Amino acid sequence: MAAYLIRRLVQAVLILLGVSFITFFLLYVLPADPVRQIAGRSATAQTVENIREQLGLDKPFVVQYARYLGALVQGDMGRSYLQKTEVAELILSRLPATLLLMVAAIVCELVLGLTMGIIAALWRGRAVDQTLMITSFVTVSAPQFVVSLLLLYVFAVKLGWFPIGGYGTFAHLVLPAVTLGILGSGWYSRMMRSSMIDVLRADYIRTARAKGLSRARIVLRHALPNAILPVIAMIGIDIGVFMGGIVVVESVFGWPGIGQLAWQAIQRVDIPIIMGVTLVSACAIVLGNLLADLIAPFIDPRIRLR
Amino acid sequence: MTDLSAADAPPQGAMARLLRRKMALFGLAIIALVVSGAVFAPLIAPFDPNDQMFDGLTLEGAPMPPGGQFLMGTDLLGRDLFSRLLYGAQTSLIIGVVANGLALVIGTLVGITAGFFRGWIGGILMRFTDLMMAFPALLLAICLAAIFQPSLWIVALVIALVNWVQTARVIYTETSSLATRDFIAAERTLGASTGRILFRHILPHLLPTIIVWGTLGISTTVLLEATLSFLGIGVQPPTASWGNIIFENQTYFQTAPWLVFIPGAAIILLALAFNLVGDALRDVLDPTQRGRD
Repeated sequence: MAAYLIRRLVQAVLILLGVSFITFFLLYVLPADPVRQIAGRSATAQTVENIREQLGLDKPFVVQYARYLGALVQGDMGRSYLQKTEVAELILSRLPATLLLMVAAIVCELVLGLTMGIIAALWRGRAVDQTLMITSFVTVSAPQFVVSLLLLYVFAVKLGWFPIGGYGTFAHLVLPAVTLGILGSGWYSRMMRSSMIDVLRADYIRTARAKGLSRARIVLRHALPNAILPVIAMIGIDIGVFMGGIVVVESVFGWPGIGQLAWQAIQRVDIPIIMGVTLVSACAIVLGNLLADLIAPFIDPRIRLR
Repeated sequence: MTDLSAADAPPQGAMARLLRRKMALFGLAIIALVVSGAVFAPLIAPFDPNDQMFDGLTLEGAPMPPGGQFLMGTDLLGRDLFSRLLYGAQTSLIIGVVANGLALVIGTLVGITAGFFRGWIGGILMRFTDLMMAFPALLLAICLAAIFQPSLWIVALVIALVNWVQTARVIYTETSSLATRDFIAAERTLGASTGRILFRHILPHLLPTIIVWGTLGISTTVLLEATLSFLGIGVQPPTASWGNIIFENQTYFQTAPWLVFIPGAAIILLALAFNLVGDALRDVLDPTQRGRD
């Protein structure tokens, strides 16, 4: 176990190193010039050169990357070009909002997805099942921004139940979390359905039925706990999916998390922030996957960590 | 037992079995509708998609609602929404086919090479694939698209660069299990060249997987293009794309919701269609999935 964990953590560090290298390289070779953004249009060639030198952007790629890594190891992610603030500070101040949204979104996904999956499995092949499975297909085929705008239109503009956007109260959290919840639920409902169907076929369920237990008791006490675990183990992977998609939802709802921070930084070619957010997201994805792999053997003892 | 002849990988009658599934039929019908809308756009479209018509706006300068002279209403600039949707379908399909085709080629090449050659080449390729899996895909795509000057082809390229990873993983797993099978060993003993083994014996076995992932991938691609265009960094106006129609009109979505929800519905339907067909193809082409539900 310890050896496995150490190996996986070393792998994680290597992957993050790779991600940092590729992102840094892409931002280095791409044609947009951050110095122009900082200096503004009216700046003289001299000012532009001065800024470039100040930021160390006149140095060769290898030197720039080595400097970045050197600082990163000490927890220094550099300074935002435009906001003159430490990137680590900016990200830390935005992270709570993103984490809050993540937890709320995953709760919504689970509640919707598991319920749909269980119902579909219990009434397998019937009209309910078919309807739910078509619904799950629709949810994986819908782009985030369309669902966001639809919910905003219905529940904020027309009904006025929730604010149009922003942050601070529970009401602000509902629409973005439900948007992500709906979109992620299709994935969970399909997994829950097939897991539940597998469990319902198992011998111990037949035994329970033969003992004359009520259907409700069989489903809730005997089938559900076993069927739900493998689905729960997927939350780790879901964290990665979430991190990949926050830019859109946070932008549409004006949610002040790291997705919005990244989007603003991309528009202004604020490289240190883009690097920082990419690394933090990659970290979350890697840790999420690791979490999923670590949980698996506890849920299913047949799975051994290799 | 199924290994005996590789050439008949997609079994005869797969199409017939596909057509028996209602959901797949529904998906195929939508795809046919969108394809013909895109191909015949110049004939069907009642107006020039880029013509900012004087009578396309109300006296107050607001867009016209659906119905009347303009079937689906007009946009902020007085252009006919239905015509723009038809031309937007061209954009979605071109990107869907080109970007996804490219992603499929990259993914298949990486997967086959890594799965067949193992050793250090395979090791490096798969570690690189793992690395790409750790990238927040949308963020990477947004970064690339925002910093390049976006055009139809750049957007397609960006999407391909982000989307090949899944295919590579699946193809890798299949190839590496195929490579250890007896019939491949037999071919080797018979003195078949590596190229012959790869293209005549391995590739045909991978075709069903490639077809399934190719179809499902178009759905992902359509969604990604729409998202990039919605953020304003995808296909650039005046070229119509379903995503950029929403991008251009979103500030008005409270008063002119059709400008957001009609193209939105089009995106969902097209992505849904490819998902349904892809899923049905998986059931039809993959014998291990048969009878699962």
